[in-house]
Amino acid sequence: MRWRSSIKSKDYVLVSGGGPAGALAARTAAQKGLSVCLVEKRPAIGAPVRCAEGIGKEALAEFIQPNPRWISAEMTGAGIVAPDGFEMTLESSMAGGKVGYILDRKVFDRELVWQAADAGADVYVKTRASSPIMSEGRLKGAVLDYCGSSSKVTADVVIAADGVESKFGKWCGIDTTVPVREIMSSVQYVMTDIDINPGATIFYLGNEVAPEGYLWVFPKGKRAANVGIGISGRKSGKGHRAKDYLDKFVKQKFPHGKTIECIVGGVSVCRPLECTVADHLMLVGDAARVVDPLTGGGIYNAMYTGKLAAEVAADCIAKGDLSKKALMVYDREWRASKMGKSIERNYHIKEYLIKQPDEKLNTIIHSVSKLDLKEFSTLTLIKELLKANPKLLVELGALAASIR
Amino acid sequence: MLNVHRDICGYCGCCVSVCPEGALELIDAYLSVEENCTSCGICAKVCPLGALEVVH
Repeated sequence: MRWRSSIKSKDYVLVSGGGPAGALAARTAAQKGLSVCLVEKRPAIGAPVRCAEGIGKEALAEFIQPNPRWISAEMTGAGIVAPDGFEMTLESSMAGGKVGYILDRKVFDRELVWQAADAGADVYVKTRASSPIMSEGRLKGAVLDYCGSSSKVTADVVIAADGVESKFGKWCGIDTTVPVREIMSSVQYVMTDIDINPGATIFYLGNEVAPEGYLWVFPKGKRAANVGIGISGRKSGKGHRAKDYLDKFVKQKFPHGKTIECIVGGVSVCRPLECTVADHLMLVGDAARVVDPLTGGGIYNAMYTGKLAAEVAADCIAKGDLSKKALMVYDREWRASKMGKSIERNYHIKEYLIKQPDEKLNTIIHSVSKLDLKEFSTLTLIKELLKANPKLLVELGALAASIR
Repeated sequence: MLNVHRDICGYCGCCVSVCPEGALELIDAYLSVEENCTSCGICAKVCPLGALEVVH
């Protein structure tokens, strides 16, 4: 077992999950000189992908220097297709026009974990945190299962980055259940040999296409793209599941395309957990339900919360206090951050939009046929849509003030 | 009881996130159903592929 050294029995920080949230937590904690153990239950970091792989250029640069090894395509624009088929285009006026990337998550995630390892974190794959260790009324680590054997790892703090299927929070009394109507039941095909605009992400809206969600085509190359869909869990059922909707679209739009990968997943679009910490425990990324409720994007939010959690953990370890009260600094800080405010605002916008009939969506999208976006964000888009549809301001009520 | 059609399941964990009992767990490439499953069927509804089925 040369690829796996024996697990130490004492670690200061145990990170459960090797996605972007866990990797950033482990990298940051290791850089701060803490002893870190990151465990990933899958045998390989980065697979299966379970992601449409889009991220803003500036957002990404906060955490890592862009590298062509894990960038599949650069985006200069976007299109939104109304339920009636009308397409509105968004183009960037920024220098160079490159505003976003479609990543290659298999390589990207591996790079992030690699950086964590280089910073000094221990990494164990095919290793799963199977239960918490509780003693003297507090969380003291986790039981780790690996190839039929179990070992106990004690930790001062556990950072749970265990994704949409997170268990750690529940084990420690935090209700992480996602409401049925707020889980996006999702399927994605990586398709090749299809006619696409290789520089633009396209979003398809409408009750017939993707009820209470959207369908996306995110380019991965000149003739390749992530073609996926997310629909609300409450709209899903026998004969009308995410896969049924996607197959219908693909048959019509890309009948001669070839599917080289099929990915499924669940994306939470609920509000974040009411509290993301407990004594000796912090939840980050999808496990904390900090996905952007409007776009379903979660890479940036995962990296942001992962990094912040490790920074707060380091402070608290230095002070010798890892109580819920002490760790609350993390919870308060992400809520007050640009990310936290954006989640709250976008939650309201999502709630408004999913209630609109197709005719209303048609009207909104027809009102602007071409937009020049100085900044490639959903907020900029919403602002422009509001300018063209002043009536929406009234309908959005109190929320409107936070958008202007 | 809850049947998992393993030939259909894409082991994505979507079902785990909505289970109100915490009775499901995604263990690498398979889904585990615990004894506290109440066969409520929420998981079967949201499954993107239709891999779950409540049978009486």
